[in-house]
Amino acid sequence: MGIFTRGFTGRAREQNPNLPPGQFLTEGFPVLSAGPTPRIDTATWEFTISTGAGAVQRWNWDEFMALPSEEIATDIHCVTRWSKLGTTWRGVSLDTLFAGVETTNEYTMVHSYGGYTTNVPLEDLTGGKAWVAFEFDGEPLAPEHGGPARLLVPHLYFWKSAKWVRGIETTSDDDPGFWEQNGYHLYGDPWREQRYS
Amino acid sequence: MAIPGVSSATREARPAHDRRETGARVTGAHVAGTRETGTQVTGAPARSGRSVGDWKLGVVAATRAETPSARSILIDVPGWGGNVAGQHVDVRLTAPDGYTAVRSYSVATAGAGDRIELAVDKLPTGEVSPYLVEELEPGDELELRGPLGGWFVWRPTQPEPVQLIAGGSGIVPLMAMLRAHAASGSAAPFRLLYSVRAPEDVFFRDELEALSSPSLDITWVYTRAAPVGWTTSPGRVTPELLAATTLPARDAPMVFVCGPTAFVESVATWLVEIGHPAASVKTERFGGLS
Amino acid sequence: MTHLDGNALAGALAELFLGDMTLATGTCAGCGDEAELARAMVYADAPGLVVRCSRCGDVLMTVVRSPADTRVSMPGITILTLLR
Repeated sequence: MGIFTRGFTGRAREQNPNLPPGQFLTEGFPVLSAGPTPRIDTATWEFTISTGAGAVQRWNWDEFMALPSEEIATDIHCVTRWSKLGTTWRGVSLDTLFAGVETTNEYTMVHSYGGYTTNVPLEDLTGGKAWVAFEFDGEPLAPEHGGPARLLVPHLYFWKSAKWVRGIETTSDDDPGFWEQNGYHLYGDPWREQRYS
Repeated sequence: MAIPGVSSATREARPAHDRRETGARVTGAHVAGTRETGTQVTGAPARSGRSVGDWKLGVVAATRAETPSARSILIDVPGWGGNVAGQHVDVRLTAPDGYTAVRSYSVATAGAGDRIELAVDKLPTGEVSPYLVEELEPGDELELRGPLGGWFVWRPTQPEPVQLIAGGSGIVPLMAMLRAHAASGSAAPFRLLYSVRAPEDVFFRDELEALSSPSLDITWVYTRAAPVGWTTSPGRVTPELLAATTLPARDAPMVFVCGPTAFVESVATWLVEIGHPAASVKTERFGGLS
Repeated sequence: MTHLDGNALAGALAELFLGDMTLATGTCAGCGDEAELARAMVYADAPGLVVRCSRCGDVLMTVVRSPADTRVSMPGITILTLLR
């Protein structure tokens, strides 16, 4: 059954062509977290790309910061239904990071400090569609938002933009990551509302 | 109010199978898949007529201002059937387009009967608590699920001394315990430490002052502003204050702590440091959703 | 981020189980700790509820609620015991 609650409308929803279906606009930047926030010292931070047979590319923080970075202006869409439009980031394109990587694998598993994982097809990470971001709104990325560095794949739901990213491993199969194992969609396109598996 | 933590918000209209006009009893969960050490269980919401997991329809009987930002809500819930002191309830609100939001609130009352009292503090950026504090009126209908939670509870048959520690609106489930204690004539020694920002933030003030007696000692802690004539300056709960004003570990009390996460975290840690076994400290944190 | 206590799971788990699962004792697959689910840490500001062992922090259980169903996964619990 279920009754309507007199006078309750929920959060204000508005028509906006930049909002995917079922999303509402937020001005804040909600912090979502599946566990404690890891405190990562950039002195020991490293980022690796592997193809299954050990690390093939590895950067420490200084090497990573020496790579060419770019400013990214984009909308972000969280599966918990908030969207934030016109956010500004700085990061290193994954095209740069994958430049020397040879693989026939078509999928990836993204790994984070703290144990979080998420799967993304390789073609969704390359071609100017994804970055490892280290600044938000002109400031160093705060730990609660994934600092010192997080993945940024803004065309997919934001759980794919793994906080505290530490590496990407290419895989032959599209194996599910943390939320994908636990009921969320394997791909997660907000415009097709691919929330649940 | 407490634990607006287990919450969900779904935009779509609820699907056809979340209906119970058939009265069908579906209790089985099926195992959908097994991977490595884990098991995943998927099921449609339980919808038997008598399960606590079932949604019941309540009618608001009355509301009462508790603080400038909080109020008590008395609700008649046919079929509630009473609850143990300390339990909570899920409240589900549904918008005209089918959008639903679910939040958990502690029940301030205990014992038999179908009337319950909630006390809800408004979170300015919240979605549900502003509605409950500012919009809801007597006669309005609410969907509720419960009574829930059999762990953070006190029963009048428990003989051991009890120390209650509340931060802000964390008083609500502890109020249910104080009321159950008074109503039952229990001989178990009770003590309450109640931390609030300022005098106007006290919930249930008149009732608490009336309950205060040689068998119920109340320690008031004001963290930002104390009442006129108060001899101690405002300040947060400290390990020293805990040691000086709460039942000592040698009395082997059961300790219930409820409040914001940071408050509960500190107090629970200090309680163990001053000798309380971790098993004797029960906590209920509430977060910032809602 | 802050977390809640396992008590907060009671409503969500009542959608799948008839008993009060917050009183059930779970054994952590990571560290072997045995504790009532009510004592676990629950991270609720997330796409689902993430239940972690209060001793080692490993994920014991997740609860994801879609409009159509409730999905409980227990990747970190080896034994779940509920007194009759």
